[in-house]
Amino acid sequence: MSPWLPILMAVPVLGAIVVALLPKGSDKLAKQATLLVSLVVLVLTLVMAVQFKTGGPRFQFQAVYDWIPSFGVKFGVGVDGIALVLIALSAVLVPIVVLASWHDADGTQSADGTLITPKRSVKTYFSLLLVLEAMMIGVFASTDIFLFYVFFEAMLIPMYFMIGSYGGAQRSYAAVKFLLYSLFGGLLMLVAVIALYVVAGKGTFMFPELVGVIQDPATQKWLFAGFFIAFAIKAPLWPVHTWLPDAAAQAPAGAAVLLVGVLDKVGTFGMLRFCLELFPDAAKAFTMPIVVLAVISIIYGAIVAIGQTDMKRLIAYTSISHFGFIVMGVFAMSQVSQSGAALYMVNHGFATGALFLAAGFLIARRGSPHIADYGGVQKVTPLLAGFFLIAGLAGLSLPGLSSFVSEFMVMIGTYTSSAFGSGALAVAAIVSALAVILAAVYILWMVQRTLNGPTAEPVKAFKDLNVREIVVLAPLIALIIGFGFFPKPLLDVINPTVTQTLVNVKVDNPAIAEKGAGQ
Amino acid sequence: MESPAEIVQHTAGGMIGASWLMIAFPLLGAAILLILGRMTNRWGHLLGVAMSLASFVVAVLTFLEIIGLPAEQRRQAVHLYEFIPGMVDMGLLIDPLSISFALLITGVGSLIHIYSIGYMSHDPERRRFFSYLNLFVAAMLLLVLADNYVGLFIGWEGVGLASYLLIGFWQFKPSAAVAAKKAFIVNRVGDFGLLVGMFIILATFHTLTFSELGKQIAEHPPSGGAVTAIGLLLLLGACGKSAQLPLQSWLLDAMEGPTPVSALIHAATMVTAGVYLVVRSGAFFFPPDSTQAIAVSVVGAATLLAGAIIGCAKDDIKKGLAGSTMSQIGYMMLGAGLGPAGYAFAIGHLITHGFFKADLFLGAGSVMHGMNDEVNMRKYGGLRKHMPITFATFFIGYLAIIGFPLLSGYFTKDGIIETAVHHQPILGWLAVLGAGITGFYMSRMVFMTFFGEKRWEKDAHPHESPAVMTWPLMILSIGALFLGGYLILSNRLYFFLSPAVGTAEATPEFDFASTAGLVTLALVAVGAGFAWVRYGRAEVPAVAPRGSFLTTFARRDLYGDALNESLFMRPGQWLTRFAVYFDNRGIDGLVNGLAAGIGGTSGRLRRIQTGFARSYALSILFGAALLAGALLLVGNI
Repeated sequence: MSPWLPILMAVPVLGAIVVALLPKGSDKLAKQATLLVSLVVLVLTLVMAVQFKTGGPRFQFQAVYDWIPSFGVKFGVGVDGIALVLIALSAVLVPIVVLASWHDADGTQSADGTLITPKRSVKTYFSLLLVLEAMMIGVFASTDIFLFYVFFEAMLIPMYFMIGSYGGAQRSYAAVKFLLYSLFGGLLMLVAVIALYVVAGKGTFMFPELVGVIQDPATQKWLFAGFFIAFAIKAPLWPVHTWLPDAAAQAPAGAAVLLVGVLDKVGTFGMLRFCLELFPDAAKAFTMPIVVLAVISIIYGAIVAIGQTDMKRLIAYTSISHFGFIVMGVFAMSQVSQSGAALYMVNHGFATGALFLAAGFLIARRGSPHIADYGGVQKVTPLLAGFFLIAGLAGLSLPGLSSFVSEFMVMIGTYTSSAFGSGALAVAAIVSALAVILAAVYILWMVQRTLNGPTAEPVKAFKDLNVREIVVLAPLIALIIGFGFFPKPLLDVINPTVTQTLVNVKVDNPAIAEKGAGQ
Repeated sequence: MESPAEIVQHTAGGMIGASWLMIAFPLLGAAILLILGRMTNRWGHLLGVAMSLASFVVAVLTFLEIIGLPAEQRRQAVHLYEFIPGMVDMGLLIDPLSISFALLITGVGSLIHIYSIGYMSHDPERRRFFSYLNLFVAAMLLLVLADNYVGLFIGWEGVGLASYLLIGFWQFKPSAAVAAKKAFIVNRVGDFGLLVGMFIILATFHTLTFSELGKQIAEHPPSGGAVTAIGLLLLLGACGKSAQLPLQSWLLDAMEGPTPVSALIHAATMVTAGVYLVVRSGAFFFPPDSTQAIAVSVVGAATLLAGAIIGCAKDDIKKGLAGSTMSQIGYMMLGAGLGPAGYAFAIGHLITHGFFKADLFLGAGSVMHGMNDEVNMRKYGGLRKHMPITFATFFIGYLAIIGFPLLSGYFTKDGIIETAVHHQPILGWLAVLGAGITGFYMSRMVFMTFFGEKRWEKDAHPHESPAVMTWPLMILSIGALFLGGYLILSNRLYFFLSPAVGTAEATPEFDFASTAGLVTLALVAVGAGFAWVRYGRAEVPAVAPRGSFLTTFARRDLYGDALNESLFMRPGQWLTRFAVYFDNRGIDGLVNGLAAGIGGTSGRLRRIQTGFARSYALSILFGAALLAGALLLVGNI
C-alpha cells in the first residue's frame, strides 16, 4: 500500500475546504492559498513520478481500500505509465491555470462595456478548481472501474459550476449542454459498468482482475459500446462534439484549459485502457468504423475551425481535430500509434493550454473573443504576440515543438500498423496528413487577422504581458519546446504500458523499426 | 557506375564529432536575442554576425578534416541522442554533400548577416531581424546535416518558419502578412508529400536513418510502386520548398521580405533545399529513366521556362530576380533528375547560383537603399555612375547568370544543359531555350537599372552604399567569377561528391565546343541584343505599356494565382462555410432538438434558459440513470 495517490487527492480536497471556509472578503488570500496548494500537489506529483520504475510492474503506487464491501466496490488506486503522465499533466496545468485565472472570477468587461458578473464568489471558484484537481487525479488513478465511473461523473459538477457561474454571456446554455451531453454518456457507461460486474461474476470492479474475463463476442460488443459512447462524447469525437465549442467558448480561459486539456483526455484515456483491454475482440471488430469517425473528426474539425470567427471556438474546433488524431492512434493498435496517442494527450494539454491562455490574455484586454475585433497586436504587445504565435505553431504541430512528435507518431504508426493487414489504415493515415495543410490555414489565418496588419484602434491601448502572465505562459512554452526535441522521458514511461495494452488486446503488431537507427 | 560509399559511425572526437556546434552557435544566438529582446538592441546584430561566423569557422574546420580522410571514409554519422525511442535517433551526417551545403549556408549566410548590419541599420527592430536570421541558419544546417528524415524534416519546417517570420518581418503591412502566410501554407502542401513519403519509407525499409537506409537498399535494391510513390511524394515536397511548378506561386510574393532575406533564403539557400532532398534521396530516383526521376527533370524544365518568362515581364527588380531564381532552381532540378551524371553540375550550379544570385539580390538591395526603397526599374536608369561598386558587382553577377564564357554560371549551367541534351534531349533543348530567355531578361534588368536615361523620382538621391554592404558584394562577385571553373574543371566537385552521391557510367567531360553549348551562347547573345534594342538603346517608358496577351500572361505569373484561387481557395471557402453552417444547424440543431425533446421542452432549449428547463432535464437524466442501474442490479443478482 502506497500512500502517494491518496495523499495527492487529499491535499487539494483539504485545500478546497480551507479556501471555501475563508471569511468573506479574503479573495486574495483564497487565490494565494489555492496557488500554494496546487504547487504542493505539483511538487508531490513530481517526487512521486521520479520514483516510478519504467521497467517495473504495470500498476505502481497501488493502494486499495474497501469501500462498499457488499458489492465489492473498492477505493482502488494505482498508476501505469499513461496514467502517470496524465496526472503529471494535470498537476502542471492547475497552478498555471490558478495564476492565469487570477482575475477571471472577478467579473469581465465585454466589448460593449457591459459587465458580466459571476454568480458565485471568488473563493468558490478557486475552491472548485481544487476539487476538480483532486478528481482529475482520481479519475486517472482509479484501478477500480466503479471508482473511475464515480470520478468520471463527479468531475462534471465543479466544471458545470465553473462554466455556468463564471462564464461568458451564454454560460447557462453552454453549461447545461455540457452537462446533458456528459450525463447521457455517463448513463450508458454506468449501465455497462454494472453489466460488466454482473456478467464477469467475479464480485469485483478491480480493473486488473477483469482484463480478459469477458469472452463472449456479443457481450463484449454491447459493453464496449456502452463505454465507448461515453468516452466518445467526452473526447469528443464527431458527431457528438458540438458541446465542446460552446463550453470552451463560454468557460473562463482557465477552466477551458482544464476542460480541453485534461477532462477531455479522460475519454481517450478510457478508450485506450477500458475499451481496448476489457473488450479486445469488440475493439478489433469496431476498429474500422471508429477510425473512419476519427478521420472525419480530424478533417471536419479542421475545416470548421477555419471558418470560425470566435477565437475560443476556433481553438475548440482545432481540438476536435486533434482528438481525432488521438482516437485514430489508439485504434490503429500499433506500438508507435498508441504511444503517439498517449503522448499526444500530454502534448495537446500543453499546446492547447498555452493557446487558450494566450487567447484569454488577448480577450481580457479587449473584452471580445471575435477575431475581427483585433489586428496589429504584434506592434503594440510584441511579447503577448510572440507567445500567442508559438502556442499557435504548437497547435499546427510545427516540427521542433512537442505536438509534432506525437502527431507524427500517430500518423506514421497508423500507416505502418499491420494490425489489420489491409491498406485501410494506410489510407486513413494519408487522409489525416491533409490536416497539416488545414492546420496551417486555421492557425496562420487567425494570426494574420489578430497579430498582423495595421493596428486596430482599440488595440493601441493594450498593455503587454505583466509578470504574472509571463510566469503563466513561459513554463508551457518551455515544455512545448523541450519535449519537442527530447520526448524520450515521456515516451520511456508510456511505452511499457502501451506494450502491455497490446498484449492484452492480443494484437501481434511488432514495433516497425525493430531496433532503431542508433547502433 | 558506383553506389554511394557506406556511412560509418563516427567514434573519434575531432571537428566531425563537434560538428553539432555548427547548429548550436546560431541557435544560441537566436535564443539569446529572442529571450532578451529589446535589451539586446545595441549589440544584437553583432551577436548575430558573430554566431554566424562561428558556425562558418566550424564548417570550414570540419571540411578540412573531411578532405584529410580517404574518400571511402568521408561519410560519417555522428550520433547525438535518442530522439523517438524505437524509431529514430538524432544524429548528423557529415559527408561531402552535407558539408558543401554547410559551407555555402554559413559562408554566404555570414556575408548576408554582415550586409544586413548596414541594410537594416534604420530599422528599430534590427535585433529581431538578426534573431530570425540566426534561427534560419540553425534550421537550414539541421536540414542538410541531419542523418535521418525526421531531423531533416524538423530543419525543413524550421526554415519554413524562419521564412514565414522574415517574409512577414514588416507584418504591419497587410501584403507582407498575407505573403508570409501564403508561403507557409503552400509549403505545407509540399510537406504533406514529404510526410507521406516518410510513411512509405518507414513501412518499406523499416528505418528513416540514411545509414540504415543505405544498407537496406544495398541489400535489396528497391523497385516497384512503393519507390515510385516515395520519389513522387518527395518531389512534391521539393516543389513546395524550391518553388517549382505547381507550387511556385509563393516565391514571388515572398519578395515582401527585406532584401537580405530574399538573397539568403529565397535565392541562395532555403529554396535549394528541394534539390538537396532529391540528391540526398538519390536511391529513390534511380535509375535515371524511372518515372520519378524523369518527373524531376520535367518539373525542372517546365519551371526553368516558366520562371524565365515571368522574369521577362517584371518591372519590380526583386520580382524579376525571384522569377530568375525559380528558373535557375529549375535548372538544378533538371540536373538532379539525371542521376549521378547530373548531380555534380546540379550541386555546382546550386553553389555558384548561391554566390551570383546573392550578389544580384544584395546588389538590388544596395540600389534600393540608395533610391528610397524604390523597386520599380522603370524609375531607375543610369545608375552605374552613381553606384560604381554596386554596378560592377551586379554586372559580374549578371555575366555569371547568363553564362558568359568562363564565369561561374557558364560552367555549371552549361554542364547541366549538356548532360540533359545527352540524356533527355527534349528537356535539354528546352533548357537551351531557357538560357536564351535568361540572356534577355537579365540584360533587360541591367539596362533598365544601370544604363540609359535617369527616370528617378524627384526626391531620389542615389549614392553608393556603405562599406559594410559593398564588401560582401565584392566577395560574392569573386565567387561569381571563379568558383564555377574551379568546381567543374578537372571534375573537382564530381570527385569530391561521388562518395556521397555515387558515380555515373562515364565520368563527365566539360566540353567547351559542344553543339548545345555553342547554340546556348548564340541564343544568349541574341537575347541580350534584343534587350539592348528594347531597353538599352530605346527609351524606357516610365509607365509600363499595356503589352500583348503574352506580356500580360507573364506579368500575371502565368496565371498561377488565378489558378490556385479558382481551384483551391474559392472551393475551400465554400466548403468551410458549408461545414460551419452544417455544424451549427445540422448536427447541433439535431442535438439540441433531441436534448430538448428529452427535457420535454419541445425544441426550445436554446431560447428557454430558465432554471426550470435545466433542472427538469437534469432530474430526468439523473432519475433515468438511477433507475437503469437499479433495474440491472435487481434483475441480475
